[in-house]
Order: sequence, then structure tokens, then C-alpha cells
Amino acid sequence: MTGPLLEVTGLDVFYGDFQALFGVRLSVAGGRATALVGANGAGKTTLLRTIAGAQPAAAGSVRYRGRDLTAAPPHRRISAGIALVPEGRKLFASLTVEENIQVGAAAAASADWPLRRIYDVFPMLARRRGQRASTLSGGEQQAVAIARALAAAPTLLLLDEISLGLAPRVVGELYRTLTALRAEGATLLIVEQDLRRAMAECDDLVCLLEGRVALAAPASAVRRDQVVAAYFGEGTRRAAT
Amino acid sequence: MTWVNAVIQGLLLGGQYALIACGLSLAFGVMRIVNLAHGDLAICGAYLALVMSSALGVPVWYLLPLLLPIAFAAGLVLQVLLFGRALRHGVLAPVLVTFGLSVMIENLLQVAATSDPRGLNGGELALASFRIGSQITVSWLFMTAFLTACAVLSGLQLLLSRTSWGRKVRAIADDPDTARLVGIRVRPVFATVMGIAVATAALAGVFIGTIGTFDPYQGTNTLIFAFEAVVIGGIGSLWGTLAGGMALGVTQVVVGQANQAYAVLAVHLLFLAVLAVRPNGLFVSHQAARQAGALG
Repeated sequence: MTGPLLEVTGLDVFYGDFQALFGVRLSVAGGRATALVGANGAGKTTLLRTIAGAQPAAAGSVRYRGRDLTAAPPHRRISAGIALVPEGRKLFASLTVEENIQVGAAAAASADWPLRRIYDVFPMLARRRGQRASTLSGGEQQAVAIARALAAAPTLLLLDEISLGLAPRVVGELYRTLTALRAEGATLLIVEQDLRRAMAECDDLVCLLEGRVALAAPASAVRRDQVVAAYFGEGTRRAAT
Repeated sequence: MTWVNAVIQGLLLGGQYALIACGLSLAFGVMRIVNLAHGDLAICGAYLALVMSSALGVPVWYLLPLLLPIAFAAGLVLQVLLFGRALRHGVLAPVLVTFGLSVMIENLLQVAATSDPRGLNGGELALASFRIGSQITVSWLFMTAFLTACAVLSGLQLLLSRTSWGRKVRAIADDPDTARLVGIRVRPVFATVMGIAVATAALAGVFIGTIGTFDPYQGTNTLIFAFEAVVIGGIGSLWGTLAGGMALGVTQVVVGQANQAYAVLAVHLLFLAVLAVRPNGLFVSHQAARQAGALG
């Protein structure tokens, strides 16, 4: 395929009068994992939610495989191949594990991810399929949230803070699963607070600062201190003085 | 024996209340809309049945295959044109819109059909009865209304728990924003829910019209009983609604057995007492109440 899988240009997003994103530009090539980093309030979650269609764009465009999806409702984006694992998991508490996953297939892009294949990826969920999602541990709930997104058979998986509140061992397991998904051709855009993990697990790094892109580079081409500088805006401050 | 009879008749009456209430309960559980026109829509169903039944000269039961789809379609249209738009403008707008619809329906019916009380042609079923022992007589019509209520509630429960439509409905009831985000198209689901709610209301209206009489303003009274059944049973719980309806029915008939003048007052007092002591309803567990909105 020519051109990037996902291309975001000039994206402005507002919450009422408050502007959260300023002319954000982002391009994700197929098959790559991109880490989206930045301080709290930098606009990472807003960017993911705008790509998924939960937040309207005031200006700019979201193109996927060359198709303009800027004004498309969430179910059309899912059918096109974009699925979001939202921050805080957002499982349906009164539904069972299996029902949560099935709901994710409501607008599935293809039939490539039947329940059987999802349970192959998350064997522990197969054992808990009949349990209410709210009775699971945090790590298991996060697995259900990822499984629900996988049920939509996405080509681009957006993951928002999947390691939040989880033990490092559990996070390690989740990332091993993501690595396996990548081997099968999935493209990932990951919001990750842990900079070390983001740089180790992802091919590309995009750092947001106060709603603007402060740094975008291959993870191997940047040093940790450069990212930290972009993270806290020290580069711009230094440039200003 | 008269008390046993009163309890039996009360339970059967409760089935009728539950039949009216289940649509209200479903719509509130899923969409958080209190449809103040629900009772009037039931009475509309009764008038529509009256028109069709007198035109064709057959008992109303034969018209249900025609009436229920019409009511379902009316629910779809109301949701798409009216309630759905109102829901997008905060919590007060749906209350005002459904209240306005209620007033309009009552006045239109008054103009079109006058305020004379009417009754529906229930055929032979309306007069038939059977005996339990030597002293208790049960009307087949009451029994049919009760069994219909049980069948409708069981059917709804099965739809909700076993079908992919039901799964979507429950997901939306849990968290509408996330439901949208994972690809559920909320508006079509809302429209079908309102279609079912109005169809069950029309079915209840047919029983109201065959068991007793109805007039254009009866919808408000009907709504109050339905609303009380929903609240007593626990908001959003269908089985709770059936139990709530039965609690109302038994209270009404048993108190009426002692003194007819206090029968309806006792029902409203029961409602007030439940609201004061267990505002989440008698039949909803504390855990379920905490995750409010869960249908079950």
C-alpha cells in the first residue's frame, strides 16, 4: 500500500471554549507501532478519541486508507478498521465477559476475529466468559477491553493507557499480547505513560505538549533526554531564552 | 375465603398493571426517558381497536395482529421525530415533550371521540369464567390479561438476555457513550425499544377497554398506576415491574374488600411508603441498585 494507513492533518479540537488540540499532524504507517506520549492534559486521549469519532474535529482532517473519515460516526470508522480501547476500560458492567466482546463486533470490519480466535489470544477470558465483567481483576478487565476492540477486526488498534493501575507483571503480559498481534499485521497507536516501555515497545514516538506535536520520530532515532525535553517543553523554553 | 379471593383477584389485577408498566420500565431503563404520554398511548390503542373492531364487526382479539404492528410503527416514528430529538437536549426536554404529547392526545381524542365512556367488544371471552373450589370465581378475561402480562414480560426478558439486539440494549443501558464508541448504532436501537414500549401499551389499552370502559382522559390515571408499579418494583427491572404491579393489585383489592373507599388511596400510600423506605424499589438488590440502570 502506498501512503500512510492513518493520516491526521491540522487537527483542532475543542471542549466548549477550551482548545485541546492545535493543528495536530500525525501519520501512522501500516504494520508499525506508534507510541503517543506527553504529560497529563497534553491531549493524548483527546487525539485518540477524535480519531475514533467520539470527539468532533473543529478543523483539520482524519484520513484512513485515503478515505476522509473526519465527520464519520464511530460505527463507520470501526467498519473501516479503526477500533479504540478506551481509557479506564469502560466495560459494560452488567454484561458478561463474552457479551462485552460480542458487543464489540456490532460494526466489525470483517469476520476475521471470531470469538474462538479472541479466546486463543486471551485464554484466561475463555475460562471467565460467563462471568460479569465487573467481577474481574483489573488486568482481566483490561484484557476484555482489548478483546472487545479486537472483535471489531481492526487494522488499526488505538490503545489508551492500558497499563494504568495494573501490576508491572500484568502490563508485561498485555504487551506480549500486543507484540503477538503486531506479528499478525496489526497497526498500533498506543498512549503510554511509561516512557521507557513506550520507547522499547514501539517503532515510532510522537510526543504531545499542550495540544501540539512537540516531537515525532522513530523511537530508535531519539535519545531519552530528547523525549523528556519535548515532554516538558524544555526545548521550546530554551529556544525562547 | 373472601380474603383468599381478594388476594387472587388482586394478583390478576396486578398483571394488568404490569402489562401497562413494562413499556414504561423498558423505555426508562434503556433511554432514561419518563414517557408521560405512555398511558395516553395505551388509551389511543384502545380507541384504535374500537374503530377497527366496530368497522369490521369482530372482537378485538382478531385485530391484534394488525394493531400491534401499527403501535410498534407509531413508537418508532415518535422516537425518531420527537423523543430522540428531545433526549439530545438534557433531562427536562423529554419530560416537557412527553407531557405536551399527553395533553395533545387527550384533547384530540376528546374532539374526535367525545368524552363518552366506551367499551371494547371482547367476544365470548369477556363473559366466561371458571371456578376454583366452590366460592372463588375467576374471570377468563382477567386470567388472560394476567397470562398475557407474564408472557410479554418473559418474552421481553428473553429478547434482552438472549439476542444480539438485547445485548446492545443492555450495553446502551449501562453506558450509552461507550456503546456508541464500540460501534453500536444507538438511534435504531432506541427506536425499536420505543416501538416495543408503545406496542405493549396498546396491548394493555385493549385489555383496559375490554375489562372496563375508557374515555379520552383515562391515560393520566393509567400512567400513575404504571409509574407506581415501576417505582415499587425497582426502576429498570422488568421482573420487579411485574412484582410491583402485583403489590399494587393485591393492595387495591384487599383494602377494597375491607372498605372500597380506601382502595385506591391505599395503593398510593403503598407507593409513598416504598419511595420513603426503599427508594430503589422493593425487588431490586442493593448491588443492582448501585449499578443503576442495569436491566435484569
